[in-house]
Amino acid sequence: MVKKLINGNYAASYASKLARAQVIAAYPITPQTNVVELIADFVASGEMKAKYICVESEHSAMAACIAASATGARTFTATSSQGLLLMHELLHWASGARLPIVMVNVNRAVGPPWSVWADQTDSISQRDTGWMQFYSESTQELLDTVIMLYKVAESPDILLPGFVTEDAFYLSHTYEPVDIPEQAMVDSFLPPFDPPFKLDVDRPHGLGSLSMPHQWYMEMRYNIAEAMDLSRRRILEVEREWRELTGRSYGGLLDEYGTDGADAIIACAGTAASTAREVVDDMRKVGKRVGLARIRCLRPFPTEELRALGRRVPVIGVMDRCYTFGDGGPLFTEIKSALYQLRDRPLVKNFVAGVGGRDITMKTIEKMFENLLRIGSSGLDREKEWVDLKRPEVV
Amino acid sequence: MAKLPLPAEENLSPGHMGCPGCGACIAMRLALKALGKRTILAIPACCWAVMPGVYPYNSIDVPVLFTAFETAAASASGIRAALDVRGIKDVNVVAWAGDGGTLDIGIQALSGAVERRDDIIYVCYDNEAYMNTGIQRSSSTPIGAWTTTTPGGSTGNWKREPKKSGVEIMVAHRIPYAATACVSYPEDFVRKLQKAASIRGPKYIQVLCPCPPGWKSDPEKTITIGRLAVESCMWPMYEVENGVYTVRKPAKRKPVSEYLMMQGRFRHLKEEDIEMIQKLVDEEWELLLKKEEMSQREKPADSRGP
Repeated sequence: MVKKLINGNYAASYASKLARAQVIAAYPITPQTNVVELIADFVASGEMKAKYICVESEHSAMAACIAASATGARTFTATSSQGLLLMHELLHWASGARLPIVMVNVNRAVGPPWSVWADQTDSISQRDTGWMQFYSESTQELLDTVIMLYKVAESPDILLPGFVTEDAFYLSHTYEPVDIPEQAMVDSFLPPFDPPFKLDVDRPHGLGSLSMPHQWYMEMRYNIAEAMDLSRRRILEVEREWRELTGRSYGGLLDEYGTDGADAIIACAGTAASTAREVVDDMRKVGKRVGLARIRCLRPFPTEELRALGRRVPVIGVMDRCYTFGDGGPLFTEIKSALYQLRDRPLVKNFVAGVGGRDITMKTIEKMFENLLRIGSSGLDREKEWVDLKRPEVV
Repeated sequence: MAKLPLPAEENLSPGHMGCPGCGACIAMRLALKALGKRTILAIPACCWAVMPGVYPYNSIDVPVLFTAFETAAASASGIRAALDVRGIKDVNVVAWAGDGGTLDIGIQALSGAVERRDDIIYVCYDNEAYMNTGIQRSSSTPIGAWTTTTPGGSTGNWKREPKKSGVEIMVAHRIPYAATACVSYPEDFVRKLQKAASIRGPKYIQVLCPCPPGWKSDPEKTITIGRLAVESCMWPMYEVENGVYTVRKPAKRKPVSEYLMMQGRFRHLKEEDIEMIQKLVDEEWELLLKKEEMSQREKPADSRGP
């Protein structure tokens, strides 16, 4: 194992190399660019034996990945924000065709106005595409998760695509010391891609032709639903295996910190969890029982884990780095829906914070915890609150 | 032109869902004869996304990837990359798309793949409108044509703009090989496909496929109408190899009216409209002959780079 000081983007590049991705099709978009630049270097130097297609759009990037995956090659791409939105149609195509494509998305706000900073609207709006979705908190986690995700995605009973996200600039452009695993170790963990069906001139098949209402479309959709449900267990198995090899794991689908005996916890996804950990430590030191539940995996959703948590914790604050207009923060609505079947449901409050890359400071999170502890005894004040919002009069 | 026997091989089975007299069905049958079993097709939304048959039946005897409307070329690029990385070298990768999927929604991906010089054959089967969705105008619909989105009506608002030229767009990309073809000339189409298969890099063939429901023509007249398209120079037959044009000249040019009058989609045209179209076709034909003369006079092989 080699320790290197790299940023999140480079961690994604190293992960694709270690996973021995064979076809990379990518289009540049800020702040994803150095993911694909470093891969181009790897391929150019012969360090990585892969075909690198410089496509003319993200839409074509995903189309090429789909076709290459259907032809039996392990594929990788990376994108961000508008690029992911442009791919949206093809994301459905990839999952419908049961192709285990792996991608990294740098979570970035969507325009207008132009904003290249962290915000999770892009990836969360892909919830219904049939892709597994992982949110990383650290550069190391990003690298490890990409490799693990290939193994989950390519499991013969899963065969679904997935992406791993990193928050724009908080992870994509900040440098951390990262253990780069040995290639031989990754090879022992991740076998070569060998799909049961592929485009093969010796066994000709049509992949993705027309299906009538009385035929198999509905059953094929059901199979995707089943595979996504099965992936929960597979994710945990693969993570256990990775821990045995490397000593590292990230808490499965729901990563809990300081939740034992907590009076209130904050649930969130991405890098804000790191700040929240510090606040939990500080507040625990002065006797305030607070904790953190990090949504590591949005699809499949950690429903069971959240219910177990909801039985133990009376107040949950959900911090969303994006918003679904006309409803609420998407993590908030998802978590509320997971908890609905509990007999004694915890109080759930929505904090919308850090939208468009606004800094989520320790002070901000501490105020949220104070608020959650207060409403634990006095009852819910407001269901949804936009935090650190500039009022027009103070802009 | 020398008569070539057609390959006996059949890779399109009976039982497909094409309409009677469908030119695009003839095109597919000929293409699969020409290219053989070691071929993979990428087919986006178009008539041919439906015509192979409803799952699990399939009348095409080579692997097919059905893909999204605007992705035929990018999908072919992905297939080629995967074959390359897997060390498979002797397979033709063919993007097979209609004129809308090629010249409208799919042109970005086509331009990208050709600019990258990806080793693919792109066949645009041109039936001059969105026929699978019910005869809507595409940029490849010829001037003067009725479609459901250029219905004419009391304002005479049939398609007012000339047909977009796929081959000329490809020539501007410095493509190694581009050609027009027509299903009424099967030996010629087969020869062009086989030539395309022998050339490395991107190849583009646009094959005119009469569409009886869309052109409002008799199903048994498909071949005749295709011939008239070529003989009237409405559909000039030519190849461009590394910038050098070779034009097939009809023994005796026929007036466009003969071609137009066999199809219901042009029935509304007045005499002056037909004159206008004849003038346009004459100009285009002259221009094409000039291009041939110019390109054959120069020896572009030296100047075109690798």
